[in-house]
Amino acid sequence: MSEYRLEMRGVCKSFPGVKALDHAQLCLRPGKVHALMGENGAGKSTLMKCMFGIYKMDEGEIYYEGQKVTIKDPMEALNMGIAMVHQELQPIPARTVGENIFLGRYPMKKFLGFIPVVDHDKMYADTDELLKKVRMNFDSHQKVGELSVSQMQSVEIAKAVSANCKVLILDEPTSSLTANEVEALFRIIEDLKADGVSIVYISHKMDEILRISDEVTIMRDGQYIGTWDSQGLTTDFIISKMVGRELTNLYPEKHNTPGEVVFEVENFTSINPKSFRNVSFNVRKGEILGVGGLVGAQRTELMEGLFGIRSHTTGTIRYQGRELTVDRPKDAIDHGVAMLTEDRRATGIMGVLSVADNISVASLKQYLDLGFVINNGKVENLVKDNVHKMNIKTPSSKTQIQSLSGGNQQKVLVGRWLANDPDVLILDEPTRGIDVGAKYEIYCIIEELARSGKSIIMISSEMAELIGMSDRIMVMCDGRVTGFVDGKDATQENIMELATRFETV
Amino acid sequence: MKTQQSFAQRAWAFIKGNPIVIMLALLSIAVGCFVDNFFSLDNLNNLLCNTTIRFLIALGVSGCLITKGTDLSAGRQAALAATLTGVMVQRADYASKLFPWMPEMNMWLVLLIVLAVGAAIGTATGVIVSYLNVPPFIATLGVQTIVYGINLIYTNAQPIGGFSDGFKDFFNGKILPMGSFKGFNGYILFALLFGLLFWFMYNKTTHGKYIYAIGGNENAAEVSGVNVRVRKTIIYMTAGIMYAFAGFLLTGKSGGASASMGVSYELEAIAGCTIGGVSTTGGIGTVGGMLIGVLVFELLKIILQFVGADPNFNYIVQGLVVISAVAMDIRKYVAKK
Repeated sequence: MSEYRLEMRGVCKSFPGVKALDHAQLCLRPGKVHALMGENGAGKSTLMKCMFGIYKMDEGEIYYEGQKVTIKDPMEALNMGIAMVHQELQPIPARTVGENIFLGRYPMKKFLGFIPVVDHDKMYADTDELLKKVRMNFDSHQKVGELSVSQMQSVEIAKAVSANCKVLILDEPTSSLTANEVEALFRIIEDLKADGVSIVYISHKMDEILRISDEVTIMRDGQYIGTWDSQGLTTDFIISKMVGRELTNLYPEKHNTPGEVVFEVENFTSINPKSFRNVSFNVRKGEILGVGGLVGAQRTELMEGLFGIRSHTTGTIRYQGRELTVDRPKDAIDHGVAMLTEDRRATGIMGVLSVADNISVASLKQYLDLGFVINNGKVENLVKDNVHKMNIKTPSSKTQIQSLSGGNQQKVLVGRWLANDPDVLILDEPTRGIDVGAKYEIYCIIEELARSGKSIIMISSEMAELIGMSDRIMVMCDGRVTGFVDGKDATQENIMELATRFETV
Repeated sequence: MKTQQSFAQRAWAFIKGNPIVIMLALLSIAVGCFVDNFFSLDNLNNLLCNTTIRFLIALGVSGCLITKGTDLSAGRQAALAATLTGVMVQRADYASKLFPWMPEMNMWLVLLIVLAVGAAIGTATGVIVSYLNVPPFIATLGVQTIVYGINLIYTNAQPIGGFSDGFKDFFNGKILPMGSFKGFNGYILFALLFGLLFWFMYNKTTHGKYIYAIGGNENAAEVSGVNVRVRKTIIYMTAGIMYAFAGFLLTGKSGGASASMGVSYELEAIAGCTIGGVSTTGGIGTVGGMLIGVLVFELLKIILQFVGADPNFNYIVQGLVVISAVAMDIRKYVAKK
């Protein structure tokens, strides 16, 4: 019997033009949390997909409890006791919690003694049992679509537990959870550990890794860098191994000087009574206004309201004293407002289109000859400018954007908005899912924009980023603005205090 | 990163990417070797004429397909345009003229009216799709039957003939270049003209870029300032105009019109687009590809005709080809695991 529950050794996997995994390895012990770390594109997800049978390895071996195995597809992985909670959860929203958990393996009974039918009573009873096990107390008959993201995640974990999994892969499990929900997740993880489950924990959040993991494996460019005991590891050490160099500055030095107030929002209220209401704030020329708050504080909704993606009932938006009417994104764009949306894949990139098409789509009118013929030379110049200025790594301007890394996709989207030379730039989680190196580059771009006199509104759920980048921080809680903190005085504590200032009912 | 591909590599990539096109090219060479007159100007002219109508319809439906929609009403819309044309160009002294009170009309005015009606139907479809949010499959299915009903009612389901000399002359070749041009029927030129127009639209105008953007990611397009509803309405309106034009030509070419014309033309056009590489998942498609797709489809029909197959076999073979085309297209995306 090997000391490891599962070993992956010498794993290689190539995609057309990219070597995604180059002799990667991972060894999991029973009852331990194993953190898998690396920049985006380091091959973490690819390695997990090989383990889970979604991808076929080109080379390499997998040993499960000392036995050499091949895993052809996810079904086989599940039968073996390997379960995966995906980065993007994929539940079926219109079905109940119980049905989601037992999908594909419904408990059956015989109707009239011979017709096999689904045994709903048993299914829901078992579901209640499982939910208790993951310390969640919601109804097993509830539709999954009505749950919060963290509850959905618990359902996914309960599903994994119900399959009696021995290995559980958690891919970025906390990316959309609030602090309380993260605590709840950690309690579940501790329980699973005590049951002897091996857990692979993929995350970019250092504090979580240092807290929850027993061992850390670091990957870079598809290669195995090493495995360390979590005891005594430091953030700096992990980052230096991940990027392969010492990282001195997390945030660029700031040289922007906020000027007069140019962008004003007054009494802005959503048509949805549960969303943002009576929001008033202003932004100065050349200022970076951070927007903090917990998940569910309606920050994204507010910004989407200002940008015309969502509707509002009352409220005025003014730029340099002039009132702006915004009913749809086009209006906002015409008024010199730009918005980098939160979900890159849902509302950002057009995956199958080229880098050139993606970067030019919001500013096409600038590249016209005779008023209606697109001049491809001008579009090429735009691409070249941005590739050069922002260090975008792309094989060519005709490359499909979906084949670039997350960081490069984000830079293309920033380029899309800068092409319009906006006065006000709304950035919603601009560094979400981007690796450390690219993050710094994005910070530099933001700082430079502020220095050139643009007004920046930046939503961020990363406290450090908020404090490190903002001149002023607006904090929201439950749809209302609960206060402003000056960037120099901002601490995690005073932001958190405002972010949890719920209205007493 | 960039690797210079050899000619052989690129050729192999083309063969792998277009298996159906290659197969039919080989098949037509084989047929040409065994059957007389297959490689003749007459046959080529015939092929191109058949292609023209379908290609015009395919151009119309392409915008719908690229934006992940579809248009099942194309054939019926073309038929309505065909009968409208017929009714308006009937000779004043024609014995069974459908509307005896109607004067003989100038064919260019007729064309304008027909195109306007097409645009109106297309706009209505577009409004149903983008403002009432009815899925295009259902919306255009509804429009299809409505248009067919209108067409049957007002024509009394009777064929329409007895066209004015001006109209007939235009299509008979008394007026250049509609007639025989070194053995070719001049109205192939319309395929060329509209092909170029659509190529220009897709590659050189903001509207074309927006169509691809909507197909690539509708939400992202809206956020980037594209008025998706308006664009979609324009797409369906353009489609309606193209069907109407195809219907006008159909009447001119066949010298008669009836409500039963154009059956399943939309399916052939959609099939042609798909064979030509318009992706069913949106955002991808070129005019050159569509032309090849439609040509290949018509070529297949002619091959079957030349080898003496029962015409009813056509349906089965065409169905199989369409399914294989889409299956192979989808494979490009799933095979990347």
